[in-house]
Amino acid sequence: MSAEGGTTGYIQHHLTNLAVCADSAKVDGVCTGFWTFHFDTLLVSGVLGLVVFGLMAMLASRATSGVPSGGQNFVEMVVGLVDQQVRDTFHGKSALVTPLAITIFVWVFVMNAMDLVPVDFLPIVAQKVSGNEHLPFKFVPTTDPNLTFAMSISVFFIMLWMNIKVKGVGGFLHEVFSAPFGAKLAPVNFIFRVVEDIAKPISLALRLFGNMYAGEMVFILIALLGLYQLPLALPWELFHILIITLQAFVFMMLTIVYMSMAAESH
Amino acid sequence: MNINATLIGQAIWFALFIWITMKYVWPPLQKAMADRQTQIAEGLAAAERGKNEQELAAKRSAEALREAKEKSSELVAQAEKRAQQIVEEAKGAAKVEADKVVAGAKAEIEQEVERAKQQLRERVAELAVAGAEKILRKEINASVHADMLGALKQDL
Repeated sequence: MSAEGGTTGYIQHHLTNLAVCADSAKVDGVCTGFWTFHFDTLLVSGVLGLVVFGLMAMLASRATSGVPSGGQNFVEMVVGLVDQQVRDTFHGKSALVTPLAITIFVWVFVMNAMDLVPVDFLPIVAQKVSGNEHLPFKFVPTTDPNLTFAMSISVFFIMLWMNIKVKGVGGFLHEVFSAPFGAKLAPVNFIFRVVEDIAKPISLALRLFGNMYAGEMVFILIALLGLYQLPLALPWELFHILIITLQAFVFMMLTIVYMSMAAESH
Repeated sequence: MNINATLIGQAIWFALFIWITMKYVWPPLQKAMADRQTQIAEGLAAAERGKNEQELAAKRSAEALREAKEKSSELVAQAEKRAQQIVEEAKGAAKVEADKVVAGAKAEIEQEVERAKQQLRERVAELAVAGAEKILRKEINASVHADMLGALKQDL
């Protein structure tokens, strides 16, 4: 615990992303403006994704229909769980929905699981590697709204694409303007639809971000308790195992539901 | 909470991982799982078939056993009948033979009796002649038969 700035400083330091940007975009040496990249979020989420999806692709390429190996069995179990949810909820035919759901569940799960790493461990490693003792490093990517919004907005566009693919542009527009109150109230229908569809990515992103941010916050607060953190950190970690799985599942499940709504005409 | 270009980077990561899953993770796994399911279904069906066949075979073998038992008992009955018949036939043949022997013996005995009788008859005549001779020799003397002889003489 690097305690300069006291408790508030410690907390703020842990909730700051490692931002990088062009020198011209800096104001007082701080990156502001849109063209800023959160290096820590991009790095951790990318490395985690590459490792876990690379591993899954490797195991999948060796998959046999015979008795599966331990690794294949585990991947099949996870993938089968997601596929079952998709089958139960999504009744259309799409080669995209199941891979999308698998990607969301696995990726969000491993990123959330970074929460279980002690709060100071990776930041200290990053500070030692970079040689900058004040380097901020927020290593739970899902506590960065940029990530959750990137995912939910991607899901939103896939949803639009699915709508148009299944119903055609005309069918989609007809649905937007005529459901739920009929063609006579087209403007009302349109407003309803816009609010409904905008709410989807926002709620998806904020739910995940809020839960993980709050969880991380509690970890940071526990870490401030000195020796007392020991009896507290463990139960919170155990409890958090539930939350990270649940949040990954909820994000996946809602995505499937949105896809199935997009693929069915009202 | 500041939204910035990280959003774009994360969207690219997300798209990349979706693509990896869609191309390299899900299809082979889906295929392996579907193939396994088919294999299991086939195995179960084969087991069911095998069970049915086994039941059928058991039925068939029981049938065969029953038939064989029936046949064997039939054979035994037939053999018994045949044996009885043979015994009957032998009995009949023996009786006929015995009758023949008895009849032959009887005929021979009768013949023998007849011959004996014949011989006796012949002997009786001889004896009678001999007896008569003896009687005649004894009776015939001139004094007794003088009258008869005298009469004969007269006739001459």
